[in-house]
Amino acid sequence: MSSTKRPLFDWLFVVAVLSLIAAYVRAVFFTPIEALQGAAQKIYYVHVSAAISAYLALGIVALMSIVYLWLHDERADRLAESAGEVGLLFLTVVLTTGPLWGKPIWGAWWTWDARLTLTLFLWFLTAGYLVLRGAVDDAAMRSRYSAVLGVLAALLIPFIHLSVYLFNTLHPMPILLKPSKPSMPSDMLITFFSMWGACTLLCISLIGARYRYGVDRDALRALEGNGGDR
Amino acid sequence: MRPTLLAATWLVARKDLKIEFRTRTAFFAVLVFAILGVAIFYFAWDSTAVAAVDLAPGVLWVIFIFSGLLSLQRSFGVEQADRAMDGLLLSPIDREAIFLGKALANLVFVAGILLVTIPAVVLLYNLPLGRTLVILFAIALLAAVGLVAVGTLFSAMAANTRLAELLLPMLSLPFFVPVVYGAAQATSALLAGRPTAEAWPFLKLLIAFDLVFLFACTLAFPFTLEE
Repeated sequence: MSSTKRPLFDWLFVVAVLSLIAAYVRAVFFTPIEALQGAAQKIYYVHVSAAISAYLALGIVALMSIVYLWLHDERADRLAESAGEVGLLFLTVVLTTGPLWGKPIWGAWWTWDARLTLTLFLWFLTAGYLVLRGAVDDAAMRSRYSAVLGVLAALLIPFIHLSVYLFNTLHPMPILLKPSKPSMPSDMLITFFSMWGACTLLCISLIGARYRYGVDRDALRALEGNGGDR
Repeated sequence: MRPTLLAATWLVARKDLKIEFRTRTAFFAVLVFAILGVAIFYFAWDSTAVAAVDLAPGVLWVIFIFSGLLSLQRSFGVEQADRAMDGLLLSPIDREAIFLGKALANLVFVAGILLVTIPAVVLLYNLPLGRTLVILFAIALLAAVGLVAVGTLFSAMAANTRLAELLLPMLSLPFFVPVVYGAAQATSALLAGRPTAEAWPFLKLLIAFDLVFLFACTLAFPFTLEE
């Protein structure tokens, strides 16, 4: 039984939401409008920040899957589960904001471009991962199955990337995460970094909240003795 | 006396194939499904607007993965009855051999389906294939190995879940993307009469996929069994 004392208030979550609101206010009202793309460019701040948070969460899933298969530690499994759910949330944000930007700028909601396809299949894989978790009754078996899937999915990603790499890409090239200096005015850069920080905070606080829920749920199942004990 | 990995693999594969040979129901059901699928596709497209040659690779490889899923479904499904899986686990063989044997039996099954489906597509869609038919069979073999490697593992996992029939396609289909892509693009290059060298990058993709996932799934399989 866990008897850890927890604060009544999830301060990290509150800070995350407040900084997200601040970043939105800055992005909408205090950041110059881009000359060529107009207001649509502002989606960039949310889109890229959410994408980085999604990769962070899914990276945790893959890493924790390996750790679970290696050490059989239930905490790794619970962390993978939490990060999987939060990852799906951020991937959904990426896949919604992308087409909203694509329609006015590309003239199409969707193209079968390398990055778009990869993100879509990450969404499918994460959704499949969560459905698998829900479909196995035995707790130890659920942990092993989902860890196996997490590792295999990480192996699959280079192949999907390779498959679509041969197509021409329409997606804008990285503006920040590239070897040369970021090609963005400092006003926009600050907005981007504040949004990025806010998204990362939100991602971490959501994973944390989901993890604590998992601890409570497993403790409750152990008390009820309906196979939830590990 | 503990049989070697290869001998044990062969034993498991032979057991599965013997069950299949004696009943024969699943093979014919999947075969009819595959040819039916090829025929149904004919009604789903305007033959005056799109040439059959352009459509055939897509039809062939989509039908291939769906009939593959049907055959994989029963791979571990048959072990559920009377808890036959426990007997398999109790036998003095490596767990990797159980996986490889199952995968080998599935490969024979899927190859048998393809052996009939490919000529059916060639005939029904009037494909201009002469000696390149041999290369098409080579592509088919590479695609079948990839499908079976991933599919056998997921079949073992899905058989133990509440959503078995639903979960196998949901888990496997994203993994079949590189298989379908590589096989379909290589087939298109062949059908368009382009030099075989143009199909080579796609064949390399298939070979890499086969090697990586055959290895990874064999290692992962023991984790899916009860300890």
